[in-house]
Amino acid sequence: MLLKIEKRPEASQLMVYATPILALILTIITGTVLFQLLGVDPVEGLRNFFIKPIDNTYGATELFVKATPLILCAIGLSVGFRANVWNIGAEGQLTLGAIFGGGVFVYFHDVDSVFLLPLMVVMGAIGGALWAAIPAFLKTRFNANEILTSLMLVYVALLILSLLVHGSWRDPDGFNFPESRLFSESATMPILLEGTRLHFGTIIALFAVLGTWIMLSKTLIGFQIKVIGAAPKAGGYAGFSQKKIVWFSLLFGGAMAGIAGVSEVSGPVGQLLPSISPGYGFTAIIVAFLGRLHPVGIVFAGLLMALTYLGGETAQINLGLPVAVTGVFQGMILFFLLACDVLVNFRFRFTLFGKAAS
Amino acid sequence: MTGYEWIIPVVLTVITAATPLVFAGIGELVTEKSGVLNLGIEGMMLVGAVTAFVTATVTGNYFLAVIAAAASGAFMAFLFGILTLSLMANQVATGLALTLFGVGISALIGQDFVGEPVQAISKLNIAGLSDIPIIGQILFGQDPLVYLSFIMAIVVSWFLYKTKAGLILRAVGDSHDAAHSIGYSVIAIRYLAVMFGGAMSGIGGAYLSLAYTPMWAENMTAGRGWIALALIVFATWKPSLVVVGAYMFGGITILQLHAQAAGFDVPSQILSMLPYVATIVVLVIISKDESRIRKHAPACIGKIFHPAA
Repeated sequence: MLLKIEKRPEASQLMVYATPILALILTIITGTVLFQLLGVDPVEGLRNFFIKPIDNTYGATELFVKATPLILCAIGLSVGFRANVWNIGAEGQLTLGAIFGGGVFVYFHDVDSVFLLPLMVVMGAIGGALWAAIPAFLKTRFNANEILTSLMLVYVALLILSLLVHGSWRDPDGFNFPESRLFSESATMPILLEGTRLHFGTIIALFAVLGTWIMLSKTLIGFQIKVIGAAPKAGGYAGFSQKKIVWFSLLFGGAMAGIAGVSEVSGPVGQLLPSISPGYGFTAIIVAFLGRLHPVGIVFAGLLMALTYLGGETAQINLGLPVAVTGVFQGMILFFLLACDVLVNFRFRFTLFGKAAS
Repeated sequence: MTGYEWIIPVVLTVITAATPLVFAGIGELVTEKSGVLNLGIEGMMLVGAVTAFVTATVTGNYFLAVIAAAASGAFMAFLFGILTLSLMANQVATGLALTLFGVGISALIGQDFVGEPVQAISKLNIAGLSDIPIIGQILFGQDPLVYLSFIMAIVVSWFLYKTKAGLILRAVGDSHDAAHSIGYSVIAIRYLAVMFGGAMSGIGGAYLSLAYTPMWAENMTAGRGWIALALIVFATWKPSLVVVGAYMFGGITILQLHAQAAGFDVPSQILSMLPYVATIVVLVIISKDESRIRKHAPACIGKIFHPAA
């Protein structure tokens, strides 16, 4: 008896929704093995990872705090991924957003105005978009691969941030630590729930989700993105400009990541530091895929990935597990998802002696 | 004193900076020649680096450490193969997943080894030859992996262009349907090519943690896996040019380190940007000529193969 992989006549809609769940189940199963290897009771490990972090109000709000930058970055990336524009430099665009947004405060730190925060958010979006404009320009003008250019720019962005907080943006009263001033109240995202860190950035992220959903389903550019992604040649015949899609995807993705950056520094971080993100821009790639590149899916995927960050912290405190477990879990989820995705377009058939069993 | 003695340490450090790129670049070249794009080099290098470091620390056997690194890289590549070759997953997404997974798993494996020192891999010392002024140390005083990197580049070049097996591998990369129809197993050949690439990336990682900076640190590859990918475009898929490119980038890396040490009046961060910016500049210059890329790139790169029958 042989196992044969056969192409489905049509992609299975059921599998599109079933595979993320299947991937999660496989990750949890592998996770129990991993916990065993690390010398931790698997039940205790899973409970600390997936349940304990959110079994109280504060934990539940933390889930949204962590999910906010992930959802913002992923929603931006998803638009590009749909059109086969592989921007993987969201981490850099997030950093530039933090620099541009945070820079507004550094220069206007004594201004107490309701316009300060909106200006920071707008500048953050511009910063992220400008950073993403570099790979867009190099791709459309010089045909340079956007995967490599956007990624190289992540390292450059982190070095720019380091240069600024070690240099001219350092807090003059900060005992020479590489940090900016602490953001004043008018430069800080309003807290939504007293006693927690849940902030206005989450609302912005939800609006971004809604806006992107409308853009993809109701506007011409959204339609063009979907067509170019599904059938590049058809898009070409229809006269859709590939270059325009590249520019739009990257600028949009950059702006979203930029907003994520400014929402972090004016939210939970509260100032500019050499390191402002635990790799949200990279994890967002997983979020985008796990959410099936769909705005609503991305919200759920963002919450799940946020849970792995919280779970990693809880498991570290309670069980002494290394934080790196989070990264392993995140990588495994994407691995299993990509593996299970074969079920969307193909089906498995058992064949007897090389002939179809049916 | 001739006044040129500063050249020797500079050349020596350029060699150490270039060697990991030679390994990773040559390995990925073979993978890409078979028509597969594996973006997971960074992850495979990290796993190779940590495996080599842990093996060397625990056993003290460097030969074993390098073998283990190669095996771990090949295993990572095998996972990539299962997804992209057997389960026909998107190669770009899977490569990214491999890197993200590699970052996590290497940090997990190496968590108890951070900051622990290890003796750097010992350099060759041939009585007489290594003592020749200037060229003695450069030509005859390297560690074994440096020589291995050159040997591998030559062997791969010979294999791809002078052997039948190499011709078949290139055929699979240029037209998988044609290669399949004349009876070659596209998938099996690609598995081998992908795993060779993984093993080489693993050794490249081992070089980082055993020779370049003999220690383990999370994310210690610092983008070298991605630079290796850019190198292949720069080299227009030619092994000899991959080596040239690797040494060029090694030179840039070392140049900025020496400039920092010399107390150049430029912030260290600006100098540290150089290798990344140079990668972008080089990519732009090479990619500008679209027809040249199309002529040299394997025609089936990144495409999924599923036999129609």
